[in-house]
Amino acid sequence: MFTRRSAAIAAAILLSSPALLQSASAADKPTDPQIAHIAYTAGVIDINAAKQAQKKAKSKDVKAFAEDMLRDHEAVNKQALALVKKLNVTPEDNDTSKALSKQASDKLAELDKLSGAAFDKAYVANEVAYHKQVNGALETQLIPSANNAELKSLLQTGLKIFQGHQQHAEHVVAELK
Amino acid sequence: MSGRLFSLPIALVFAAMVVPVHAATIEITMENLVISPAEISARVGDTITWINKDVFAHTATAKNGDFDVTLPPKKSATSVLKKAGTVEYYCRYHPNMKATLKVEP
Ligand SMILES: [Cu+2]
Repeated sequence: MFTRRSAAIAAAILLSSPALLQSASAADKPTDPQIAHIAYTAGVIDINAAKQAQKKAKSKDVKAFAEDMLRDHEAVNKQALALVKKLNVTPEDNDTSKALSKQASDKLAELDKLSGAAFDKAYVANEVAYHKQVNGALETQLIPSANNAELKSLLQTGLKIFQGHQQHAEHVVAELK
Repeated sequence: MSGRLFSLPIALVFAAMVVPVHAATIEITMENLVISPAEISARVGDTITWINKDVFAHTATAKNGDFDVTLPPKKSATSVLKKAGTVEYYCRYHPNMKATLKVEP
């Protein structure tokens, strides 16, 4: 039982990005309050990135993409807040959340120095990478570790919507070329 | 002679009245980023009730431009079908959400 599970996790880690490898192997199986914190943090990060893009983006497609990110991630996070309240769970800060936040604030600062088409390209390229990373974490770590059925189901909906965002971002990247 | 001239407009009036009598209301639901039923038939004059059960905003946007309905989270909307044809539609915000509506005359 244990070895089979470990093998599955190892295989999943091999398939995912290097950034995830670090966070997935560093953390033991996260608890529900930690998972809720990670998922919420991941949403806030993309909301902040979208707000920056709304101010700086030049292309119509990029602006529309940022608007979609804002709308969907705010909806997921609103749902997440309602759920933790209902379950009487206090989201708990943890190393994965901290690593995500640090990475995101570095990225915001980096993108802030760019403008026009250079900003558009860098923002959307990062959106592809970021959604890939979050989707990998959801699939291999957060969803399998979630205990509460409602939390698991919210994460699954999140995964579905973020996979759509990733495709959308990939599409915008191709359009900008 | 004059009787024959009248008959055509009268026939048109009757044809126009026949449609609403048979008009039906058809529900199409968006839930968990899926449109169901994915394929459905309706007739000109029928009303579609679009039901969004998600916390996300969706749209029902016809590829051919026949309709573009915006559905805020947990809201519904209606549209009356005016034109026959097979219409493929999708959600502009979540283009993976796709479905087909066959409108018969
Ligand atoms: Cu949608």
